[in-house]
Amino acid sequence: MNGKNILTVDHLSMRFGGIVAVSDLSFDAERGKITALIGPNGAGKTTVFNCITGFYKPTLGAMRMTHLDGRAIQLERLNDFRISKLAKVARTFQNIRLFPGMTALENLMVAQHNALMLASGLTFLGLIGAPSWRTAEKRAIDLARLWLDRIGLIDRADDAAGNLPYGDQRRLEIARAMCTEPALLCLDEPAAGLNARESAALSELLLSIRTDHGTSILLIEHDMSVVMEISDHVVVMDYGVKIAEGTPQDIRDDPKVIAAYLGADEEEAIAVMESGT
Amino acid sequence: MTAPAAEPKLASRAPDVAFIFKKALISALVALVLFSLMIGIRTEAGPAGQLIYLTRFGELAAVVAAVFGGSIVVELLRQWWGPVGTIRIVPPSVQSTLAVARRAIAPVLLIFTFLVPVIFYDQRYILDLGILVLTYVMLGWGLNVVVGLAGLLDLGYVAFYAVGAYSYALLATNFGLSFWVCLPMAGILAAFWGVLLGFPVLRLRGDYLAIVTLAFGEIIRLVIINWQSLTGGPNGVSGIPRPTFFGIPLTPGDDGLAAKLGIEFSPTHRIVFLFYLILALALLTNWVTIRLRRLPIGRAWEALREDEVACRALGINTTTTKLTAFATGAMFGGFAGAFFATRQGFISPESFTFQESALVLAIVVLGGMGSQLGVALAALTMIGGFELFRGLDQYRMLVFGLAMVLLMIWRPRGLIGHRAPTVFLRHSQAISSDLVKEGHG
Repeated sequence: MNGKNILTVDHLSMRFGGIVAVSDLSFDAERGKITALIGPNGAGKTTVFNCITGFYKPTLGAMRMTHLDGRAIQLERLNDFRISKLAKVARTFQNIRLFPGMTALENLMVAQHNALMLASGLTFLGLIGAPSWRTAEKRAIDLARLWLDRIGLIDRADDAAGNLPYGDQRRLEIARAMCTEPALLCLDEPAAGLNARESAALSELLLSIRTDHGTSILLIEHDMSVVMEISDHVVVMDYGVKIAEGTPQDIRDDPKVIAAYLGADEEEAIAVMESGT
Repeated sequence: MTAPAAEPKLASRAPDVAFIFKKALISALVALVLFSLMIGIRTEAGPAGQLIYLTRFGELAAVVAAVFGGSIVVELLRQWWGPVGTIRIVPPSVQSTLAVARRAIAPVLLIFTFLVPVIFYDQRYILDLGILVLTYVMLGWGLNVVVGLAGLLDLGYVAFYAVGAYSYALLATNFGLSFWVCLPMAGILAAFWGVLLGFPVLRLRGDYLAIVTLAFGEIIRLVIINWQSLTGGPNGVSGIPRPTFFGIPLTPGDDGLAAKLGIEFSPTHRIVFLFYLILALALLTNWVTIRLRRLPIGRAWEALREDEVACRALGINTTTTKLTAFATGAMFGGFAGAFFATRQGFISPESFTFQESALVLAIVVLGGMGSQLGVALAALTMIGGFELFRGLDQYRMLVFGLAMVLLMIWRPRGLIGHRAPTVFLRHSQAISSDLVKEGHG
């Protein structure tokens, strides 16, 4: 296997009792690219996300994460927090899950937990205030400051996350995920609830994450303007199966996708797809 | 802890003086109507057995005036102490005084506590009460780690108190180990039991967690009662050695501390020593907790309270995070238990009933979950207040319960409900209790 694909999803199936949420899904996410996962509501996109990020254990199938150093990790064998800690996969949530009672800065500090935990000598060095811990903490604050600056929230660093406007919370959640220094960033509908201007800013942020940090992005999104503008590769799902795959241009013209999105009424579907250009 | 400032954009909603006046007037009117017959007119049997009445307009006027004045006071207090964000019509000078008072309360309290044995040297009762309050302050601070920071509802905290007390009592009476050797061992043993309790409850939340921890507290107590050969069962353990001043006993003998210092022996020395001992232990608890809050583990505890799913997505091992919270809280409980044993000289299972757990939990909740100062104030109020009402005899519980209900209505998130951030870039501003989660498990 070459190092081209960061994530290879192989015949992934997820059943909940009799319901097949995802059925035999295979796709690749390329390293350093933005891969979008789209589909109508209930297509099983979030289920795929939950399998990749370890919140669900897939019924069948394999997901392989290949790191730049050639290290390959089978995600289905890891659970829970280890996906983020070992496999370096970070995620955001469809309904924002910040720590509302903690400040924006604290949210970003919590995200660096594992690195800081080591630096604090599993708390003991930190408790006695060892110099090595102090420098590590300073570096962590600097990283958080950098991200707060990038998402334009440096002035609200000391405000409670729950007090921030919706769009800021979305960006803060992305920054928090980035503070775990992931190789793959999974974003579940990051543009949901954002206005046009905020969506444009989000697109810019995601593109800069891809180019400046080399972080690969896997994206679930309904906002076609965002998907069409920034994705390098689009995977379309409907009823748990993949119905199409390709560049945004291919997808836009794919009659199957159009049919899936708006029933058989092609004209309307085309209108939606074209709104993204 | 900065005083929440009035937000000018909400000023239009500010109730003005006229509003308060109107409200007080209405209250006074209602009182007038209510009491005009009840107080204003008194009926009595006349000399011939007929019904006569006499008027008491003076008393009536006094009651109505009291209602009027009281209404204004209550309304003003509501403005001052209302939830964060309500408009304060208090003049800025008073506000700044209050803010200074708030900032000063912790140091003043600490200095006063240090001086208590000096001021009340002759009053054994006050010193004993001080030791009791400080024991509960320490227990409250210990439980605060589990309940306040990690958001894990623990109804069996007294179990760790008991483990600590029995650890010291048994190690000291059976092996003759000194208090200073036993103290860390009591803490370690309690922490060990904290981890043991932690494992089965890792997946439990809310009510279920509360029930299991409650059961755990009872199990420990029942084991102590029934394991007669080790613990002496209901008879308890007696003859527990008193603490020494780092090896020098506080006794009247020639090798006692008093003789070594060349001063006259007094039994109060031991009480004062115990007072400073528990003060030191409590301050250690406080210092460690404050330190831990600023370390990754402490932030992970608070994050766990806020959102466990998000924690997992960030690669935080929620299992070890919960277990360390239980272990840390239990360790402080164990220290407090060892102190309790050495202070009493005798322990029995009766000291470790559910009521103790409930009392400590009440202190934490009343203080404002997560707030160190709040817990200390609540312990002072609960234990000290309870003693204060001693004169009321059988009404003591009633008054006490009423006071708690009122306090919870007024300050539903405890005396100090807001949260202070652990790290800041420019300025630390308190986070309103509306945003801070209480934890779900």
